[in-house]
Amino acid sequence: MELSRILSQVLGELIAPTTAAYALAAIGLNLHFGYTGLLNMGQAGFMLLGAYGFAISTIAGAGFFLALAIAIVAGALFALVLGIPTLKLRGDYLAIVTISAAEILRMIGRSTVFNDQTGGSSGLTGNSFKNTFLDLSFLTDGTTQFGPWTYQNNGSNSWWIRLVAWSVVLFAVLVVWLLTRSPWGRVLKGIREDEDAVRALGKNVYSYKMQALILGGVAGAVAGVLFCLPRAVQPDSMGRSMTFFIWTILLLGGAATIWGPVVGSMIFFGVYMLLRAGMRVALPDAISSAQIEQIGGMVVGITLMCLVIFRPQGIFGDKKELAFDAR
Amino acid sequence: MPDDLTPATDRASVDTVSTDRPATSGPAGAGAGTTGPAGLAGVEAVPGAAKPDALLVVDDVVRRFGGMTAVDVAHLEVQRGAITALIGPNGAGKTTFFNLLTGFDVPDGGAWTFEGRSLAKKSAAKVARTGAVRTFQLTKALSRLTVLDNMRLAATQHPGENLFASLVPPLWKKREAEVTAKAMELLERFKLDSKKDDFAGSLSGGQRKLLEMARALMTDPTMIMLDEPMAGVNPALVQSLLGHVQALRDEGMTVLFVEHDMHAVRHISDWVVVMAEGRIVAEGPPEDVMQDQAVVDAYLGAHHDTDLGDDSLLDPDVLARLAAEEEKR
Repeated sequence: MELSRILSQVLGELIAPTTAAYALAAIGLNLHFGYTGLLNMGQAGFMLLGAYGFAISTIAGAGFFLALAIAIVAGALFALVLGIPTLKLRGDYLAIVTISAAEILRMIGRSTVFNDQTGGSSGLTGNSFKNTFLDLSFLTDGTTQFGPWTYQNNGSNSWWIRLVAWSVVLFAVLVVWLLTRSPWGRVLKGIREDEDAVRALGKNVYSYKMQALILGGVAGAVAGVLFCLPRAVQPDSMGRSMTFFIWTILLLGGAATIWGPVVGSMIFFGVYMLLRAGMRVALPDAISSAQIEQIGGMVVGITLMCLVIFRPQGIFGDKKELAFDAR
Repeated sequence: MPDDLTPATDRASVDTVSTDRPATSGPAGAGAGTTGPAGLAGVEAVPGAAKPDALLVVDDVVRRFGGMTAVDVAHLEVQRGAITALIGPNGAGKTTFFNLLTGFDVPDGGAWTFEGRSLAKKSAAKVARTGAVRTFQLTKALSRLTVLDNMRLAATQHPGENLFASLVPPLWKKREAEVTAKAMELLERFKLDSKKDDFAGSLSGGQRKLLEMARALMTDPTMIMLDEPMAGVNPALVQSLLGHVQALRDEGMTVLFVEHDMHAVRHISDWVVVMAEGRIVAEGPPEDVMQDQAVVDAYLGAHHDTDLGDDSLLDPDVLARLAAEEEKR
């Protein structure tokens, strides 16, 4: 009985909107790191900015699509601002700048200075911005069962939100697939391998890196919108640990693969849920639920380390491709 | 477009020795280099000599690292359609000079033109687009791309390299097919066609050198600049590489290459420029340059034949004179 409950929780995670949001963020990071070799350590910052952009503009009266556009523009601008000073420098600089910028954004968001706009550390409640999205639903009200999954058609934890979230993810996969098998994607991969060589062949490396950074950043911003729709915008839930979850997902699935981020996200959240639910059932008295969350986080960290050491190519990656260490 | 000029005898694969290349094989196979088709016959062999048809003209290019002047080239002209070798001992500033010319480093001063257009302050990518394409001393094969993709990447004027056009394959399929055909042609020429689907990282060091040269040719350069193409390559492949370089010249391409091994240079170059301590100390046809006192000094030191056990060295006047000579150099 307990076992079936855990199983249904795990299955629920596989198609959860949050899983989709992380998958999309990882797809963006895959464009950065997997294909272009850019070390973006602040993908959560892009997500937070997207979430704020969407929520604040909706609260200010914008319709759904305008708010979405604002979120996208915010992500693109953030990428531009971070890219201009750093993309001409060595890769490490981008890593330092992105992780700091993401933290700065979070700190600004939770500070009291902009309390009226961002709601400070308590954030913006979901009901204040998600109605424009829910109103778009063409599904009739009610509950639908599909295989092991039963959800309401409309609402915060609904089929509607899942449908939209996974459609966006599939669209992103399609775009990345088209891009990476094109000559444009070939230039990105060339830059990942050795940007000086690509420069010596007459390509504007800076421009390509900027395009990749913006594109992946926009994916991150849209992922932020997907992430906040079923809940609230809460700056502290979109910090460094979120960035490292995204990295774990990407490396788990396999960087520079098309489906890696998606499958990585499903497996990550499935196993993460299994772990926590399993601990709650198996050790109800030994550890409190707060501790279970902490232990879960520790296991994620250890998984990330093991991945990098023992299976750097992830699940889908080509071992042969990884065997030639470029640097 | 060059396709049928390579002698089919050429063996690029590292382990096979070319046996039927009379023009370049053997240490005594010289003679071919002196005059050649390059029109350098009447040029005076002095540093900074004017050439009848100069493709690249360099003036007062200086690069300092702190107090050390790595490059200080007053004047240099590179003849179109010739193989010009840039030689000099280790640390002479050859590679730094190369980096300056190709936009990979920025000089403290100076100007240079390529086909009459100034290249100073141009980015590396722009330099490459004007038709001066370089290779690197430490080979930069793009390891996790296939050999064919390495080649196709170098193609110019590819609409599919635009972000938006790349999403619509019909816009670039035609160009991609052309590029692939050209890449295969070049790969055949360099005997790498059987490796086309392998990752470039799986090639041997010598094959990577060939790939890098072939890749540079994909851009249809006016001048190809090779930075130590022979470094770390086994003798059999050196012969093959030399043959390729000569074939390029015979097709009308200008070749400028850096090398510190004088013997590899002697057989194929039409003109040799010698750098030492950042300056050009001599230039001329290969045979003459080897005899030049400045070159011998640069390689061996001006007083290499001075006997350090000679009692006259104990005389402070003699020592002072020698020191002054060193200063003057």
